[in-house]
Amino acid sequence: MLAIKTNNLTKKYKEKTVVNNLNLSVNKGEMYALLGVNGAGKSTTIKMLSCLIKPTDGNAELMGKSIIKDETAVKQIISVSPQETSVAPNLTVRENLEFIAGIFGFSKAEAKAKATKMIEDFDMADIEKSRAKTLSGGWQRRLSIAMALISEPEIVFLDEPTLGLDVLARRELWKHIEKLKGKITIILTTHYLEEAEALSDRIGIMAKGVLKAEGTANELKAKAGTEDFEEAFIRIAEDEV
Amino acid sequence: MRRTLVFAGRNTKEIIRDIFTLIFGILFPLVLLVLLSAINNSIPKEAGMSLFDINNLLPGVAVFGLSFISLFTATIVSKDRCTSFILRLFTSPLKPSQYIVGYTLPLIPISLMQTIVCYIAAFFMGLEYTPNIFPAILVNIPTAILYIALGLLCGTIFNDKMVGGVCGALLTNLSAWLSSTWFDIELIGGAFEKVANLLPFIHAVKAGRFALSGEFSEILPEILWVSGYALVIAVIAVVLFNYKMKQDK
Repeated sequence: MLAIKTNNLTKKYKEKTVVNNLNLSVNKGEMYALLGVNGAGKSTTIKMLSCLIKPTDGNAELMGKSIIKDETAVKQIISVSPQETSVAPNLTVRENLEFIAGIFGFSKAEAKAKATKMIEDFDMADIEKSRAKTLSGGWQRRLSIAMALISEPEIVFLDEPTLGLDVLARRELWKHIEKLKGKITIILTTHYLEEAEALSDRIGIMAKGVLKAEGTANELKAKAGTEDFEEAFIRIAEDEV
Repeated sequence: MRRTLVFAGRNTKEIIRDIFTLIFGILFPLVLLVLLSAINNSIPKEAGMSLFDINNLLPGVAVFGLSFISLFTATIVSKDRCTSFILRLFTSPLKPSQYIVGYTLPLIPISLMQTIVCYIAAFFMGLEYTPNIFPAILVNIPTAILYIALGLLCGTIFNDKMVGGVCGALLTNLSAWLSSTWFDIELIGGAFEKVANLLPFIHAVKAGRFALSGEFSEILPEILWVSGYALVIAVIAVVLFNYKMKQDK
């Protein structure tokens, strides 16, 4: 079953076409990485799919619900972990989690139980009473992803989840993201090519608002005629394939 | 409704856990009350200076204290707007009206508490107990809503660095100078008095003074003036907030 299907999804700002007739299909439970250089159209695509902005043309269905006609229903089944850390600074780890569960409509008791589960899953028991602003960047990012998952979304958008983290914090976060594979549909955007290669089931490469190629990391390397994924990315993004 | 209350709860925690809320919201008005009362005690009675008498001073300081409520409101709104936290909220099922109510709700009890603390402190500075104290506290509610609306407006327009200057400095000074709290505006007269009378601050202070002195028939025109401003600014703030929400995406 398809979790995401876009039909000629297009976004224009005046004369500039930022996303051009995007046709993308993501299977349920798949981890799909969207790669591209700055200005490729990844963030705009994510914003359209998460109902933050309306497409100029085309449509997309998330679990069969249209981003144009069923915005409220779509928002109920998705979650976004934004690029920058987005936590409430003066709330504790537990309060942040319970807050998000609450605004997604869970009762107080349900929110508390879900927060406990997230704290366990993300190994945050030692810091659950710490205010978010006192946490390191890695812990804040981990909390941010847990906040995106607490509402039990069917589709999660992870926008640059490890940006700015040191290598140990990044690998630690990878472990938690890997645990989600197969359970939930994840759209991952990242500039770290090794991250996309290591974590995702399939990868889409965007350039100038167009989906240039998609497939597994090995398929993309074969298509570009190279064993190096970074080289494959450059060749595809620069239209050398 | 639960979603709104959850959002309001988060906003309450964000505000009251900020040390500046305690310093500016509670301590600063109290320090002013103590200092100006001390000055008043040093003025010989023969001078006939009644501006800093506790019955005159208290309603003014209570209104001045509320000007910091604008700062708290503007700070939390602009901080949310200027960080990616707002993206998380925008992709949640919260509706625009739930944002507005969620930001406003926590500040009404905080405003009331601030006013009550001022009145309790005033007992130690010579305020005599009369039942008029209760209406004097209640007439501050429209003023609190006015300042919350001003905060919502500033938080919607300005970024988190600018609100400190606009609400923390400009608005508090305007409230102080144009409210007849620190000096009698009638003594200055002219354009200054006319401008002060056109703005709501002096009317908010007068409403409190009339209530405290039991001149209840004089309160309504003052309250209407303040309520009119509160309503107009609240409508502008809500419309602009909704507009900016769409833009910020």
